[in-house]
Amino acid sequence: MDMQASKKKLGLKERYQVMTRGLDWTPSYQKMEDIYPYVAYEGIKIHDWDKWEDPFRLTMDAYWKYQAEKERKLYAIIDAYAQNNGHLGVTDARYINTVKLFISGISPLEYVAHRGFTHVGRQFPGAGPRVACLMQSLDEIRHAQTQVHSISNYNKYYNGVHDFHHAHDRIWFLSVPKSFFDDAITAGPFEFMVAIGFSFEYVLTNLLFVPFVSGAAYNGDMGTMTFGFSAQSDEARHMTLGLEVIKFILEQDPDNLPIVQRWIDKWTWRGYRVLTLVAMMMDYMLPKRTMSWKEAWEVYFEENGGALFKDLARYGITMPKCAEQIALEKDHLSHQAWSTFYNYGAATNFHTWMPDEDEMAWLTAKYPESFDKHYRPRYEYWREQAAKGNRFYNKTLPMLCQTCQIPLVFTEPGDPTKICYREVDFKDEKYHFCSDHCKAIFEHEPEKYVQAWMPVHQIYQGNCFPEGTDPTVEGFDPLAAVLKYYHLEHGRDNLDFEGSEDQKNFDEWRGMATKNV
Amino acid sequence: MQIDLRTVSIKPLRNTFDHLVRRFGDKPASRYQEGSYDIQADANLQYRPTWDPEHELHDPGRTAIVMADWYAFKDPRQYYYGAYTLARARQQESAESSFEFVESRGLLAQMDEATRALALAVLMPLRHAAWGANMNNTGMCADGYGTLITQPCMYHAMDNLGVAQYLTRLGLLLGDVTTLDAGREAWLNDVRWQPLRRLVEKTLVTQDWFELFVAQNFVLDGLLYPLIYEQFVDKHLNAHGGAGVSMLTAFMGEWHGETRRWIDSVIKIAAAESDANKALLTEWTRQWRGAAVEALSPIAQQALGDTAADVLATVDQSFNDRAAKLGLTL
Ligand SMILES: [Fe+2]
Ligand SMILES: [Fe+2]
Repeated sequence: MDMQASKKKLGLKERYQVMTRGLDWTPSYQKMEDIYPYVAYEGIKIHDWDKWEDPFRLTMDAYWKYQAEKERKLYAIIDAYAQNNGHLGVTDARYINTVKLFISGISPLEYVAHRGFTHVGRQFPGAGPRVACLMQSLDEIRHAQTQVHSISNYNKYYNGVHDFHHAHDRIWFLSVPKSFFDDAITAGPFEFMVAIGFSFEYVLTNLLFVPFVSGAAYNGDMGTMTFGFSAQSDEARHMTLGLEVIKFILEQDPDNLPIVQRWIDKWTWRGYRVLTLVAMMMDYMLPKRTMSWKEAWEVYFEENGGALFKDLARYGITMPKCAEQIALEKDHLSHQAWSTFYNYGAATNFHTWMPDEDEMAWLTAKYPESFDKHYRPRYEYWREQAAKGNRFYNKTLPMLCQTCQIPLVFTEPGDPTKICYREVDFKDEKYHFCSDHCKAIFEHEPEKYVQAWMPVHQIYQGNCFPEGTDPTVEGFDPLAAVLKYYHLEHGRDNLDFEGSEDQKNFDEWRGMATKNV
Repeated sequence: MQIDLRTVSIKPLRNTFDHLVRRFGDKPASRYQEGSYDIQADANLQYRPTWDPEHELHDPGRTAIVMADWYAFKDPRQYYYGAYTLARARQQESAESSFEFVESRGLLAQMDEATRALALAVLMPLRHAAWGANMNNTGMCADGYGTLITQPCMYHAMDNLGVAQYLTRLGLLLGDVTTLDAGREAWLNDVRWQPLRRLVEKTLVTQDWFELFVAQNFVLDGLLYPLIYEQFVDKHLNAHGGAGVSMLTAFMGEWHGETRRWIDSVIKIAAAESDANKALLTEWTRQWRGAAVEALSPIAQQALGDTAADVLATVDQSFNDRAAKLGLTL
């Protein structure tokens, strides 16, 4: 008789299960808590890991096949873009500062995401979630590397990102995204999944990647756009994982609800503060705008996120409270951020500028409640001063928020004329905060946040000068020493776009294509 | 107006990123270099892990091995994600055609029942051993220091999962889901498999990630793959009408040959760094080799019968030769 005839056939779901969780076993020579030591201390209760629903089914052979196909296409485009001087086709050279912000602020986070998913992909006692996390770990190193490879060509022709890894670990504003991800990966495995898998990849992803990718598309940057699109099918998987994690944890035990709710509140706020950089990119740095920050927040968070939280209501999850404050800030966030960067443009690795007349008109139209009243006069004054040769670069170091590490530049919710300022005493020290939400996050885990590597404090403590610097010598210029420590080349990497080497080269190179030389 | 940008010949301001210039000089960098060197943060880490407050987030102190530069571990294959997936995609394509070929030609039917049963009895419990290897390599990537060594550990972990899945497919082709269950039952309860399971579970609680690298990748798989896939499948089963099985495990043999180059380079570089490293690696290798040979001998017995002791001794000997070439005196 044919051996095949008596075979039990497996359905797709069962087949995937024997390919993944069927490989696992309950150990008997070692204790579970020794093999998975980090899974209990956060207080999350899981009774049955088998209840995990695989959010996607991808065996390794299929993964290799699909991903290799994508890599082939992506690298063909990256190569062609570089060979054809694609960078000269962007709308205007100011756009390239967006790319600089991306590679020094965001790409290193992809790498940390890779390490984070590796860590939790080892630590969960459930084989189902472990495999899903491993796939994401692999995707994230892909994102880190394809971004570096795409942007590598920009580095050859433009300033600011020639030492972006070094910069990411040092430059003042880059500690904002860095501390965000370091916060997540140093948290327990469940919090990491809620922070990154759910809050970041599911709730906020459309406010981070979509603006950069569509910004690239609108501004003729095929290179950046292509890796963005190529990452999209990975992101779709990551989103389903993030959602499954939340549902799984909440279905396991009612005691998990308050913990998860607190994490969602915290990470929505933490993520939103990082998005400050995106907000200003959308409203100020893209020569051809896609949509305003305010519109993006309304569509992607208030509408889509609103529907999501309605859906999660059956588990008892509610909309994070910080959403109210974010709604009050949406008319102001990007303007306050860009003003800050324009002030500190001597200590950034990208160029800053004042919006031109058309751009001001766009801002007025997009922000009728706030722009003309609070920000336009400020910009006109600065522009005037710059024209008179009084371009002011702020050299006084600002006070930073101990949690999000953004300078205290945001205004009180509901009062755009007053800087918001909070403080907490902890063990004989005073700590400062940009908001009630950052303050509350600190108060819940002060031992963690007192460890923060605060760029301004570090400069004042003398830890951000090149080795061997003597700050006591006559005429010591602290800013110059800090820029050296950052590996920033003064006059090339920083200051105004107007008059920059980037501007000059771009014009000249483009001229070679359009004129007879 | 369509501008033809290709005609513009412009001179770049720089060849590559500064951190690569510092390492390799001012010249264009490879994609492996751009994607791998120095991309793990190594300064101004923000918070200590709440899950391991004794260490920093990235901390070279999670192993007793000491390196002046953790970026010394250049992967001879120079795998970054793109190169890795392209290589594996080619291999899975040929594995796929092997599976098709074996199925369409009925190659498995040539095997008698005893041989089929033996193949399954030996190979099915190894799904779980490969799964243990996946967990261990994941752990090395998580705890390791420096992308040059953590990155290939992650690729290796996914390969281990791939191996476990190819074994699963083989089981489903030669049998059905009850075949997998029988393999699990042996892994959990058959006395012949308990020494290996005990050893694998011991690796799962081994704290030093470099020791784990030695235990899992260098020693255990360095003995297991030659024993199982070269000696048992390719020689023994092949001689008993099991050529089909040998085709279905071709991936494992090829993969072992390829990844060996990387594993050897890691051991060699670490051993050459200092006498202290060399002593540590020697000690680890000696201990784990002893335990692994012991754990594998009842399996060799089951697989190869009378010739088991001789074959295992040969495998052990060639492993010792390999170790000696890398600078270890066992
Ligand atoms: Fe990503
Ligand atoms: Fe804050």
